[in-house]
Amino acid sequence: MSKLRVLIGTRKGAFLATSDASRKQWKVEGPHFAGWEVYHLKGSPVDPDRLYASQSSGWFGQVMQRSNDGGKTWEAVGNQFGYEGAVGTHAWYDGSPHPYEFKRVWHLEPSLDDPDTVYAGVEDAAMFKTTDGGQAWSELPTLRTQESAPGWAPGAGGLCLHTILIDPSNHDRMFAAISSAGVFRTDDAGKSWRPRNHGLHSLYIPDPDAEVGHCVHRIAMHPTRPNVLFMQKHWDVNRSDDGGDTWHEVSGNLPSDFGFVIDVHANEPETIYVIPIQSDSLHYVAEGKLRVYRSRTGGNEWEALTKGLPQKDCYVNVLRDAMAVDALDPCGVYFGTSGGQVYASANAGDSWAPIVRDLPPVVSVEVQTLS
Amino acid sequence: MIKVVLPANLRTLAGLGSVVELDVAAPITQRSVLDVLEENHPALRGTIRDMETKKRRPMIRFFACEEDWSDASPDTALPEEVVSGKEPFLIIGAIAGG
Repeated sequence: MSKLRVLIGTRKGAFLATSDASRKQWKVEGPHFAGWEVYHLKGSPVDPDRLYASQSSGWFGQVMQRSNDGGKTWEAVGNQFGYEGAVGTHAWYDGSPHPYEFKRVWHLEPSLDDPDTVYAGVEDAAMFKTTDGGQAWSELPTLRTQESAPGWAPGAGGLCLHTILIDPSNHDRMFAAISSAGVFRTDDAGKSWRPRNHGLHSLYIPDPDAEVGHCVHRIAMHPTRPNVLFMQKHWDVNRSDDGGDTWHEVSGNLPSDFGFVIDVHANEPETIYVIPIQSDSLHYVAEGKLRVYRSRTGGNEWEALTKGLPQKDCYVNVLRDAMAVDALDPCGVYFGTSGGQVYASANAGDSWAPIVRDLPPVVSVEVQTLS
Repeated sequence: MIKVVLPANLRTLAGLGSVVELDVAAPITQRSVLDVLEENHPALRGTIRDMETKKRRPMIRFFACEEDWSDASPDTALPEEVVSGKEPFLIIGAIAGG
């Protein structure tokens, strides 16, 4: 019988929650790395007991952690992230040049075929790779050194590379998303990258249709259809049917198309989930109601999912790495809030229940389906 | 033996108690103490000072004998009380964040 393990990163440590396939009773343990910000944890799809975690602190910098036993024990591994060659500058909030400075690892994406290989998306925006289980990290520098990079400007959260997707049918093709630069694609395992933002429209930049400069918050794909991508942009939910070459808006009837998370149902590639946030200045859900919106048509037509979620006096946010889906049927959907709640649905979003209610603010949620 | 006191988050990270004792060869300086500390406890590399430049992280302070040594040259000899082990070398996370 399958088991589930939810990996929860918070502002003050990491937590793991486990359940059987019923997904009704959860055992929560932690905090690991107490007192530290844990932006992301993720397990290897090849060896699910091999976990990686990004642990950071404004005082003490970046620490990387690895577990070989599913999170029972951890060891600190390499934490040296040096940019390759000339460091260069990006645009600061006021438009002035600002030197690239490594601040933290936002996102970890383990390789699909080697537990020792992991990609890391960092702030200031760059991608790093380890091939020895996290001991040594080296930059894939052509992403940061491309022509447009000196003009990239940080979003409110920093100039972060926050999403990495690997095409399951062609591991040399990867997508990276940067706030606020946009989506970039490599077709040669990171040797070269091209911006892939045609069709995006952002009113908060001088040229709304610019090739780069879009504040992409999250992209997602279904593993069986890697050419179809879904995006939650700062404002607007978008879709691409050609591997990011072109995008079109599918916000449809959402009450707000601002938000952070987006994810795809494990068994229905046209079923997607977002959590609308009222606005970029408010950063909490609209009308005091925590509502997940589901589209079964790949966008445009959305339904509110509210059963089990607070529908009054709720003013939480859900950050970009804080939603995940499991691989069971019916599909489980999970998300964590800035109020420290982690909610799970064992029926594709029809109803929800909290796994845990009172954690520190949740930054990331991943789920592993274990056999 | 040189006694070093770490902030709580670094004790947890390295699995150490409140006071770390180090056998450091002379001269006893910030640099030599931190070199041995990081050699003995590799998890601390990069958390107190930059791994390449060895520059103190901005929100870390060094105190000894009721004096702030944070901005002293890392090669300045530390006080005799620290060298003799009578007083600890304090590594402090700056008070910030409310």
